[in-house]
Amino acid sequence: MSLKSTLPTARHLIIAVPWFWLALFFLLPFLFVLKISLSEPVLAQPPYFDLIREIEDGFVTIVLNFSNYQLLLEDSLYFKALLGSLKIAGISTLCCLLIGYPMAYAIARSPAHWRLPLLMLIILPFWTSFLIRIYAWIGILKGNGLLNGVLLWLGIIDSPLEILHTPVAVYIGVVYNYLPFVVLPLYATLIRLDTTLLEAAADLGCRPWKQFMLITLPLSLPGVFAGAMLVFIPVMGEFVIPDLLGGPDTLMLGKLMWTEFFSNKDWPLASSLAALLLVALIVPFVLLRHFERRAEEAAT
Amino acid sequence: MNTLLKKFKHLLPALLLTGAAASSADELHVYNWSDYIAEDTLAGFEQQTGIKVIYDVYDANEIMEAKLLAGRSGYDLIFPTARPFAERHIKAGLYQPLDKSQLSGLDNLDPVLMNSLASIDAGNAHLIPYMWGSSGIGYNVTKVREILGDDMPTDTWRLLFDPEIVAKLADCGVTLMDDPTEVLVAANIYRGAAADDFSRDSIKAASATVSAVRPHVRYFHSSQYINDLANGDTCVAHGYSGDVLQARDRAAEADNGVEIAYVVPAEGALVWTDVMAIPADAPNPAAAHRFINYLLQPDVIAPITDYVAYANANLAATALVDAEIRNNPGIYPPAETRAKLLVTPTPSERQIRDLNRSWTRVKTGQ
Repeated sequence: MSLKSTLPTARHLIIAVPWFWLALFFLLPFLFVLKISLSEPVLAQPPYFDLIREIEDGFVTIVLNFSNYQLLLEDSLYFKALLGSLKIAGISTLCCLLIGYPMAYAIARSPAHWRLPLLMLIILPFWTSFLIRIYAWIGILKGNGLLNGVLLWLGIIDSPLEILHTPVAVYIGVVYNYLPFVVLPLYATLIRLDTTLLEAAADLGCRPWKQFMLITLPLSLPGVFAGAMLVFIPVMGEFVIPDLLGGPDTLMLGKLMWTEFFSNKDWPLASSLAALLLVALIVPFVLLRHFERRAEEAAT
Repeated sequence: MNTLLKKFKHLLPALLLTGAAASSADELHVYNWSDYIAEDTLAGFEQQTGIKVIYDVYDANEIMEAKLLAGRSGYDLIFPTARPFAERHIKAGLYQPLDKSQLSGLDNLDPVLMNSLASIDAGNAHLIPYMWGSSGIGYNVTKVREILGDDMPTDTWRLLFDPEIVAKLADCGVTLMDDPTEVLVAANIYRGAAADDFSRDSIKAASATVSAVRPHVRYFHSSQYINDLANGDTCVAHGYSGDVLQARDRAAEADNGVEIAYVVPAEGALVWTDVMAIPADAPNPAAAHRFINYLLQPDVIAPITDYVAYANANLAATALVDAEIRNNPGIYPPAETRAKLLVTPTPSERQIRDLNRSWTRVKTGQ
């Protein structure tokens, strides 16, 4: 090995920056969480035993406690919560895509001078605090709220719909809040789409619907997956929306983690749940990378 | 981890410095429940002492406890509920003993409350009672009468735990607190079992009582019911005395025709006490003592009771409290009602986890 290849170059440094970022803000905190997940709860400050205990000067002992993970695997409650989170994240992601794709498509196909105002309309709600927007939905959905008032006034329903504190309210809140995360990457993909491909297909007699299925949709898949991940991953750990809009039967990992951490003061079990959630999230992320690579290879 | 932390300190001295700079000698960091002090209390203290108060609020004991357990919270004075929170914090050594020579108003405190606190805090060394109240039933008088008729007594847990009655009230809206100790102990009182029995069998039976009415319960929440009762969105709520009375006042202010009442169920109900304590690692305990002493003055604490609608622990202040509040049996209960109030029992750490996990199952219907 020559000396030259071992010296850091500018290129290495540029690559090192995001890795350093990841290590500092992702790997390091995760190792803390992992460490706590392998300890035992105790009524003290902090409320868990340190893994590494000094017996006598110089001699240390490391005690790993796997019982938290054992409890997570044995008690069906945690598996059900994982399924609950997967279900809410999955359905919300699907709804976001079904609503967000036509929106992104329409914006990308609209006249150039319309695109910026339309994008602004997508981004504008972010100028209001997330919490206030969720509280606004409580006002809209509640028993004697805005939506029921309008529907009753129009004579569409006779008695108020019970939406607040049901799973439907959670879906509405999640889809509303995460929709921009689908629209923006989809728009970015669709706007770069080479329209000459569509013209060529039209010249060869391909119908618009088939053009979309054969050309636009496959080429926009990276945007679809990017958008889907941006919704799916945060919704898996979502706590605020189900807590405010959901009912008592909304069982999600985020809420369970809250209970373990705050009510039970069981930081180790809460950390084990967090580690489990991370594993549940890495799988779809790896899938995304896989599809992205395939798309890149197809493009070259 | 410790060596890593040391490296962090070298890496990020600026960050840590801003944290340290926040606590200087003439500043007092208070961490209290939201809406739990009168509007001019802090201004009065600052004027009297020249100490600047930095006042943060929480809406659940658990949030405050998590900060305390994490260490170096930076707070000089906190307001935990005595049982089980302050009780276990004393056991874990998280509080510093009070210097009673700095507190002149101690004689004003209710001896009944002080004796009760002495059972978790030997010699009343760490805790000074602040406010106390009960948890019972708040209900919409007109609607409940309409549904249940005039003969049905309302001062009973049957309103919340008898499946037949709760089913009738379900459309109108029945809510329970999101608190396993409060609800499961209330369920035990309802079914005539010992309130302080936290054995697995007892928890299971109490859970079954709650599960039986769960389909008719609109939600489990410990503060949401204030607004919903006041707006007429719900009819019956398991709630804290002062919160229900707040709902009653809000409805009266809005003049929306909703009439709310609070009752202590005849079967018995839980009583709680919120206390003041100084964390062991408080940066400015001297200022914390001065603040406690300020709150011990009858003319300071009486207006707070007027504002928050909870009884204070200061007997000398009762005469100064607004007559409407002083004579309200929901706030200052007469002796026979007070006799029905049980001190919130404290489960062991193991039992707390049993309670909470059982609770998650009950709530989610698993």
